[in-house]
Amino acid sequence: MAEVKLFRTWSSPFSLRIVWALKLKDVQYDTIFEDLSNKSPLLLQYNPVHKKIPVLVHNGKAVAESFVILEYIEETWKHNPFLSEDPHERAAARFWAKFGDEKVLPSIWDAFISQGKEQEEGIVKAKDNLKYLEEELKGKTFFGGDHIGFADIALGWLTEYLDVFEEVTSMKLIAEDELPLLSKWKKIFADAPMIKENWPPRDKLVTKFQALREASLLKKVPK
Amino acid sequence: MRVKIALEEKGVRYKYLEEDIFHNKSPLLLKTNPVHKKVPVLIHNDKPICESLNILQYIDHVWNDEAAPKLLAEDPYDRAKARFWVDCFDKKIADCGKKMWASKGEEQEAAATEFIESLKVLEMELGEKPFFEGEHFGLLDIAFIPFSCRFYTYEILCNFNVEKEVPKIMEWVRRCYQRDSVSNSIPDQYKVYDFVLEKKKMYGIS
Repeated sequence: MAEVKLFRTWSSPFSLRIVWALKLKDVQYDTIFEDLSNKSPLLLQYNPVHKKIPVLVHNGKAVAESFVILEYIEETWKHNPFLSEDPHERAAARFWAKFGDEKVLPSIWDAFISQGKEQEEGIVKAKDNLKYLEEELKGKTFFGGDHIGFADIALGWLTEYLDVFEEVTSMKLIAEDELPLLSKWKKIFADAPMIKENWPPRDKLVTKFQALREASLLKKVPK
Repeated sequence: MRVKIALEEKGVRYKYLEEDIFHNKSPLLLKTNPVHKKVPVLIHNDKPICESLNILQYIDHVWNDEAAPKLLAEDPYDRAKARFWVDCFDKKIADCGKKMWASKGEEQEAAATEFIESLKVLEMELGEKPFFEGEHFGLLDIAFIPFSCRFYTYEILCNFNVEKEVPKIMEWVRRCYQRDSVSNSIPDQYKVYDFVLEKKKMYGIS
């Protein structure tokens, strides 16, 4: 039995981070796909606090929360590092990763599950957050500099999932004339060899997120 | 407070700049943390580092000579556990804290219940160990201990007793306070209570 196991779902962008990280480190592992409507006893055993994916199990020990898992992978398999040796750069990478999850993602999601004026306002907020990322990319190809780093892995979901959201709602968040550096990063990251081969099927993602959006919009309808 | 404790533990000399975060954030704060405009910010050799967990990891990395105590464990799995619990604490317990002073009635009671349950989870995680990571005062202790100065406030506002609910946590609190780094860095619990009452007045919460 492989000593590394990853509990994930096919569509979770948080799981993809771990797939990319393990790929970049050339670590062999087994995948266990979870059905979140029917979580396996093993998942509940390995992540009793949050009961969520992704969970990495290495030699029987479970690590949960995607950023915690990324740090664990970086510290366990030291080749092909994705965090700089420089402590200030490490802090910056962690900062932008967290910014992505705490500000960028919720603002994009709020815009995605709304419509009309509410969506227009949501788009403005999301773009304001994306402008900080644009600024951070100045002089760099990736957030990690010349190569994919911690922040790229954390933010990388944007490069594919925003296209999915655009297909569902016609909402364009990263336009070349407004956010040229992010636009360029989006293409380069999404097409990078180890990243490209691991995207979930686009048509399945569109179907899934369309359904999620419709369900969210229904919930907002006053009874 | 976390940052102060960490710097004190490492024996690092620093200049402390108090911010008036409610009424008048300084130009330096806005310049060094333009994204969130929040404290704490550590400025080292003119470079800012933001977010308390980031700063703690930075401090541990930079001031790492043999004489300085380690804040993070050496083993990657122990480090992962510590990071997991800090993340859990920041997401769950800090949120309850705000609800306990900023709301009332059922919402406040629910927050108090969730807070006590979270403390019980922490107490289980502590177990029989003197500190969260074992024999040595470390990252998790530094991350959690500042919150203890609010216990009195929550007890008064929500009518419960932390010692009764989680006695091992209170033993750990007293153990931490024996360290100068902690007792020198954390404000008096009664001053914190007065401050929260002032905040409630400011926000019009009775």
